Amino acid sequence: MTPAQKIIVTCTVNGERRVFNTFPMARLIDILREDASLTGTKEGCGEGECGACSILFNDELVNSCLVPAAHAEGARITTIEGVARGDQLAAIQEAFLEYGGAQCGICTPGMILAAIYLLRKSPNPTEAEIRVGLAGNLCRCTGYSKIFDSVLAACRKSGVL
Amino acid sequence: MRGNVPLYEMRTPKSLPDALDLLHEEPGAWKPFAGGTDLMVLLEMGLLRQKNFLNIHGLAELRGITFENNRLTMGALTTFSSLQSHAAVQKHFPILVQAARSVGAVAIQNRATIGGNIANSSPAADSSPALLVYDAEVELVSKSGSRWVPYRDFHTGYKQTLMQPGELIKAIALSPVPGTSFYKKVGARNAQAISKIAFAGVTEFSRGQLNNVHIALGSVAPTPIRCFGTEAFLCGRKPDFKTISEAKKILSSEISPIDDIRSSSEYRLRVSLNLLEDFLFHVELDRKAH
Amino acid sequence: MFRKPPDFTYFGIIRAGRRQKHGGAGNRGPTPHCGTAGFFLLDFSAEIQDFEKMTQPSKSTECPLPLRKEGREKVTGRAQYVDDLTFPNMIFGTTVRSSVPRGRIRKIFFEGDIPWNEIVIVSAKDILGKNSVAHILDDQPCLADELIHHAEEPILLLGHSDRFLLEEARRNVRIEIDPLPPVLSIDDSLARKEIIWGKDNTFKSFLIQKGDVNQAWNKAHLVVEGEYVSGAQEQLYIEPNGMIAFAEPGGVTVWGSMQCPYYVHHALTSLFDLPKDKVRVVQTETGGGFGGKEDYPSILALHAALLSRKSGRPAKFIYDRAEDMAATTKRHPSRTRHRTAVTKDGRLLAMDIDFVLDGGAYATLSSVVLSRGSIHAAGPYNCPNVRISSRAVATNTPPHGAFRGFGAPQSIFALERHMDHIAAELGLASDEFRRRNLIQEGQTTATGQKIRENPDLEGLLKSALDSADYNKKSALFTKENRKPGQKIKRGMGISVFMHGAGFTGSGERFLASVAGIEATPAGKIRVLASSTEIGQGARTVFSQIASEALAIDFDDIEVVQPDTNLVPNSGPTVASRTTMVVGKLIESAALALKETLIQSGYLANSYTRGEFKNACANFIARTGPLRVFSQYQQPEHIQWDDEKYLGDAYGTFAWAVYVAEVSVDLSTFETRVENFVAAQEIGKVMHPLLAEGQIEGGVVQAIGYALYEDVLWKNGSMWNNRLTNYIIPTATDVPRVKVLFKENPYRYGPKGAKGIGELPMDGVAPAILNAVEFATGARVDRIPLLPEGLMKALQSPEQGRKMLRRGDK
Repeated sequence: MTPAQKIIVTCTVNGERRVFNTFPMARLIDILREDASLTGTKEGCGEGECGACSILFNDELVNSCLVPAAHAEGARITTIEGVARGDQLAAIQEAFLEYGGAQCGICTPGMILAAIYLLRKSPNPTEAEIRVGLAGNLCRCTGYSKIFDSVLAACRKSGVL
Repeated sequence: MRGNVPLYEMRTPKSLPDALDLLHEEPGAWKPFAGGTDLMVLLEMGLLRQKNFLNIHGLAELRGITFENNRLTMGALTTFSSLQSHAAVQKHFPILVQAARSVGAVAIQNRATIGGNIANSSPAADSSPALLVYDAEVELVSKSGSRWVPYRDFHTGYKQTLMQPGELIKAIALSPVPGTSFYKKVGARNAQAISKIAFAGVTEFSRGQLNNVHIALGSVAPTPIRCFGTEAFLCGRKPDFKTISEAKKILSSEISPIDDIRSSSEYRLRVSLNLLEDFLFHVELDRKAH
Repeated sequence: MFRKPPDFTYFGIIRAGRRQKHGGAGNRGPTPHCGTAGFFLLDFSAEIQDFEKMTQPSKSTECPLPLRKEGREKVTGRAQYVDDLTFPNMIFGTTVRSSVPRGRIRKIFFEGDIPWNEIVIVSAKDILGKNSVAHILDDQPCLADELIHHAEEPILLLGHSDRFLLEEARRNVRIEIDPLPPVLSIDDSLARKEIIWGKDNTFKSFLIQKGDVNQAWNKAHLVVEGEYVSGAQEQLYIEPNGMIAFAEPGGVTVWGSMQCPYYVHHALTSLFDLPKDKVRVVQTETGGGFGGKEDYPSILALHAALLSRKSGRPAKFIYDRAEDMAATTKRHPSRTRHRTAVTKDGRLLAMDIDFVLDGGAYATLSSVVLSRGSIHAAGPYNCPNVRISSRAVATNTPPHGAFRGFGAPQSIFALERHMDHIAAELGLASDEFRRRNLIQEGQTTATGQKIRENPDLEGLLKSALDSADYNKKSALFTKENRKPGQKIKRGMGISVFMHGAGFTGSGERFLASVAGIEATPAGKIRVLASSTEIGQGARTVFSQIASEALAIDFDDIEVVQPDTNLVPNSGPTVASRTTMVVGKLIESAALALKETLIQSGYLANSYTRGEFKNACANFIARTGPLRVFSQYQQPEHIQWDDEKYLGDAYGTFAWAVYVAEVSVDLSTFETRVENFVAAQEIGKVMHPLLAEGQIEGGVVQAIGYALYEDVLWKNGSMWNNRLTNYIIPTATDVPRVKVLFKENPYRYGPKGAKGIGELPMDGVAPAILNAVEFATGARVDRIPLLPEGLMKALQSPEQGRKMLRRGDK
């Protein structure tokens, strides 16, 4: 079987223009982790269930394990590496630190992006709304309570989300 | 990751006519790829047999939601996120909103499309019971033209549709159905769950009688189904104990649930009957509340 | 960055036990070796003098709480997990596995249009030494040679730099296996129609006896029997197993996701017959373990090392979720039978317990899981006659292994369900029956261990029930459940239990763990231990302990990445021992390092942080390295007889009472945990946020065990080995857990801390099923309880008890 023709995909990742030469059905998660060496996005299941691979894709939360390269042409992508501004952590990241939202940390990048997406759409969510907003991000360590606490705390903080 | 990525081709047409041209020239060779939330899972499992995909994701002609003349028309690429946040959908099609909210979780809803959902033709498709009770119609386009088909005829068998080679789903249209509505999806957990049973029902209820009853179920037959027999029986009747009892018997003859990795036929049957009962109680309570 | 400790409920600090008589001011403990790296034997009698100091909340606990040591790396995505690492010239590895649960390999075919000469292939024949994975026994081959004992058993390893080609290659290996009749259930294994392991399919058995149960039966007012069954459970760490190995001539290094670097080290030195200093094991940031990375990483490391050696290149294995779930260890399925004699006034007279675990195809850790499960089987009750007869048996399934709780969740599930049944038969309330039998100070457990502290289970029970509003809700729910046509029924359920932390009996003595503290010329402190951070907060607690002992900044402490070249063997990160046992060693080592500086004149008794740094710098410059190690010595009071399996099984127990509140939807038979109270006495709360985090996370994981997580078997392999079909709770499925801590300092834990990591796993499932029975009357004695099962139970009680699960082998 002959391999497919590679394609050029031009997109913006964390504000930087990136050009990838890749197969059309390569998974965005692999392009980010391997071609762009942005290993902050994690693979927990490969089937869109765990959300560890969550990123912002044209301002929407998506599972990067389910996005083919061909869809990334012209896309605006934010990964966990694009959340902090240099050494300055985003409010949600600080909240995760202070309120115990991260234990083993493997779900954390996806969880933080999901929280950011939620708070952009709903700056003062109820706990029920937080639960729904994070329902696609599985955590095995925390039992979720301190993740809710972290999100609620981030709401109270002013500044960069 | 068990899929052999280099073997997969994806072509991105510039427009809908281009896409239809290609489908016409090479019938059966290109499989449409919308949001990818089903197909990419198969790729990861190493089970994606089709190797050539037509990337319809960017086709503007397949997007958009309008509500005109009491009719909602959704482009095939309407995501479950945009669907549930649309004012007309919220106002007139509450079951569709609930169904959209029950798809996976937020990240899936942002990518999964209603066209892709019905084209995949799983009996567990989340949008199907809603589209069935609302008597939706599906617009299919090909190089030779377009046609509308009633959604109730769309699924012809397990994972099969009436789509012809060269056809794409362009849009889905539906009009509001008056009455009290009821929806319940039963899954293994409250999010990220494939339905074990899904029940959608709309009915009018006046002077103690049920009228214009629409009932559809998912995951209890090879395709999602409208339960015409149960509906016919209920029309004109009072939802009393005797009616409900009889209706349950008819419903059980209309569905054919199976044992599978998610659940048992016995559970599916029993819960379907319970949900029918809950629907009818809800209708009673709803009327009393008004 | 610090924050104030959160509000949570303290029930006061109860000073435990009697003061020990000890020498006067001159007796300040062992004299440190001055001037060189010192090696301490920690003498506990000397430790006691500090006991009073320990029970006072130290100044530091009144200070703001330190943040998670590696938290910044985790929230920015910079933490390096094994799949984030690449090496030059690296190849990927994959495993060819048996699809048949039992058989004999006849022939292997390499088919398809694959450039086989490019693919590195490793088989059992490439293993020069003994083809076995060094566990407790050596019955598990590293790669199957001729015989297959379970589905998913590894047969070949393949390597190539092209991952896609590699997967194609794997699919094109065809293995012809002549099948043999497999044993796929506990019953079949016990029936011994096929002998698949040893002489009688039994990995291990125990008999624990107290008093004489046989004389109790005819004295009893009532004898109650019950059978309780639990299924397998997948640990489901969100980061799958992974390992990278680089074998060079004469040595090998591995990096990977693991809990026990020295277990991996031992497996490598054994298989490759290498000297200890030629094998190096490095733990990468690990995305969850829960026991699932206790022994399995040894196998994966051997595989990676074999492939690396054969190819001459670094070899990386990362399991995808499907492979991880199907092929690696899970919690042991269990079957427990209880027969209990009680008096008319509801006191336990005799407990006769038969406890069986399904160990899978090889012995691995089954003997130890069985041990812990057996010891916990009779619970925190005072009963004069106890017999616990237990066995771990073989089946042709992938070997089961460690999972938080390690046998205790299984036996405690049975016990706490059974206690409710007895209560019902006696006509006593669930809490009242337990109250009449709670173990007290001075009484003995099933192994004859005398309780040397006041568990105050009665007080804990009261706190838990009050917090859960148990009485009021019970009355309300009872009334409302009776309403005709009630579609949502509610119930309350309790469980009372304990968990012994640390290795059982003489286990800690045999481990003889060592941990150390080292000063750098800049005056910073490095903690040296092989204990791994796996999310539980080990790095943070170790830093906290060291910084408090030395009275220096938390930020001046570094916990060295567990690397067998750099850290001593402080034992595996299991058994809830990391804070209690290893933390204690770190505390002693830190105190001893401070003593070294003081006694050698570099530091005054009272000093500033700047003075401490200077003292370190000066010591190192003028005298030499400043490094102190502390080795575990078993406290004298722990007396254990390994032969009879009697005595002090653990140094102490953490005690707990859990209360579940559930609602059951009778249309869909779904059970929802609405509220949950987890009350426990854990010695001393080291770090409230981390401690709460352990309880909250453990409870939710155990809610999964009770209501959601069903391992379905098909011909000896896990059928639902994908996250779509193996269901763990999402953020929308579980309530917030109300966590109550009680303190009663344990003198041998740092600041009095007991171990807590596994405790929350033990008592959730029975509390939930007790609540479901309250709500619906359905007696279900099997977990997981899925809606399908509850439906059957409500149809007929008999069916509920014996209900078959879908996909039963």
